[in-house]
Amino acid sequence: MQQRTSVRALVRFADGSAIVDLPARIDASAEQALNEAYAEATTGATKRILLNFAAVDYLSSTGIALIVGILARSRKDGRAVLAAGLSDHYREIFEITRLADFMRIFPDERAALAG
Amino acid sequence: MLVGRIRRIFGGVESVPRPADARPAEGGRLLDIPPIDIAPSDPLLVYLQQASGPVALDELQLDSAAVRELRTLGVKMVVPLISQGELIGLLNLGPRLSEQEYSSDDRQLLEKLASQAAPAVRVAQLVREQEAEVRARERMEQELRVAQLIQQQFLPKQVPTLEGWQVAAFYRAAQEVGGDFYDFINLPDGSVALVVGDVTGHGVPAALVMATTRSFIRAEAPRAGSPSEVLARANDFLDADIPENMFVTCLYAVLDPRTGRLRFANAGHDLPYVRTSQGLIELRATGMPLGLMAGVRYDESEFTIGPGDTMLLHSDGLAEAHGPDREMFGFPRVKGIVASKANGDELIAELMRSLQRFTGPGWEQEDDITLVTVSRSASPATMRVLGEFQVASEAGNERAVMERVSELVKPLGMDLRKVERLKTAVSETAMNAIEHGNELRPERPVSVKVYAGNGQVKIAISDRGGGTEIPEAETPDLEAKLAGLQKARGWGLFLIKNMVDDMTVTTDDVHHTVELVFDLAKKETGDAATNQR
Repeated sequence: MQQRTSVRALVRFADGSAIVDLPARIDASAEQALNEAYAEATTGATKRILLNFAAVDYLSSTGIALIVGILARSRKDGRAVLAAGLSDHYREIFEITRLADFMRIFPDERAALAG
Repeated sequence: MLVGRIRRIFGGVESVPRPADARPAEGGRLLDIPPIDIAPSDPLLVYLQQASGPVALDELQLDSAAVRELRTLGVKMVVPLISQGELIGLLNLGPRLSEQEYSSDDRQLLEKLASQAAPAVRVAQLVREQEAEVRARERMEQELRVAQLIQQQFLPKQVPTLEGWQVAAFYRAAQEVGGDFYDFINLPDGSVALVVGDVTGHGVPAALVMATTRSFIRAEAPRAGSPSEVLARANDFLDADIPENMFVTCLYAVLDPRTGRLRFANAGHDLPYVRTSQGLIELRATGMPLGLMAGVRYDESEFTIGPGDTMLLHSDGLAEAHGPDREMFGFPRVKGIVASKANGDELIAELMRSLQRFTGPGWEQEDDITLVTVSRSASPATMRVLGEFQVASEAGNERAVMERVSELVKPLGMDLRKVERLKTAVSETAMNAIEHGNELRPERPVSVKVYAGNGQVKIAISDRGGGTEIPEAETPDLEAKLAGLQKARGWGLFLIKNMVDDMTVTTDDVHHTVELVFDLAKKETGDAATNQR
């Protein structure tokens, strides 16, 4: 496991939704940041978690596994997970992996919060 | 047969109380007789076969070892069990508890009992025999499965990828599983050893000799200097250990893919054929099959496979297959098909189609069939190397590989979405090589080579994880993962397969190489067959 302390995912709250601004790299190095962000996002009565991919430029298979982990936990807790800001390429990967069947995908944060 | 049955009956009679003991107080003592073997030649058998009813041993005047033994054991009376005219067993009785002789009533009762017991015993014997047959059949089937398993385990999983060459292989086991094998061994100098062999016999013994021979040749190939030396050493090794009446025919050839030079030696195996522009050539080199006699020398010959040439290595299961009228398929037919234009899998398919036409439907394959074709492209390889480099096996270096490859392919002007796919496939493949192939050991480098040509870009990524089999990846199922039935990870290979236009995986003793192929945006037509596997 890599020693990376600087990777962080910022969590913001709006209208009962937690917005997680994902770091640029979603791979093994982002595991801790994602776990912390998920814990932070689910402290209150959050009904929806919006994963904001706007800054993401690298998503590895390990990163996909982390997203699957978040989705699995949210479903168990009865929270919806939304995704926004995916590039065309990663949107295609969400289709191929069928993640798109389990989380609503929006072009950007505003569309997601409105939808 | 008879002796065996009688022996079993003795076993069964041991615990039968004497029928003449009607009173329970006296009936408790059991006659304890161990099983006795009666020789098939013992006169007692002939006597009992013809006797009607119980026979008192004391009255019997026979020079019989069995009678003496029965008397010693305290048997007074034997009652033959006859079923359909065949003696199938004996009821043995000791003296009556009342110490009186057996009365004629007793004898009548015993005779009746024997006549009713015999068919029942016979049925029990038949059931046992049938059960034994089923067990024997199961053992044979099990042996067949073991032989198949050994065979499959020791055949290469992939054909070698050689620039400018096309290699194809076909193996089909006969019902009984013979001892055919073939192998490809990468040699340190960049050449490849091609091996085809056939062990006499079938089943597990042949499969084990095949596995031994194959492993020995595999170990010797990089050490020995020449094909004749490899065969001579294999011969001496096998001669010491091989079961009697078994031997191995084997063709061993070393191909230098850069020049087409082929050096070969032959231990009594079918001759390879090469289709050249000058016609069909048989590659001759003489030598005795392996394992017959120690200290044998093998001839060595040389041939250069030119551009456009195709070579067939084969086992006798093809040429020596018989048609419905017992005619042999024969070498001339094989040669005729090799002389036709087909290459690779196409040539193999044509050989098998032709065999099928010859043998007709319902043919039971008599022997294993092994076919290996090696074709040299008509024109030199048209892919050029864009670059090659190595990275240390450290976590995160997959991104360095991805960035460098994407720089190297930049001049090709690929479609941007394709570049993204390429980047994902390259980084995932590099990550597998770093984490699984090289187990995150920095001293083991991951080698990357990028080629372009024929309207494609090809990225070869090698690690040092060769020699071990790559486990079949589980197809990721998101629903199962969300339900906790599959682990969240395991997306790598699935992603790679979905990103590339084609991919090949090759493994040798040291390396494990994945080649990712992407068609360039505008695929040139008429260029689809790249003569690469």
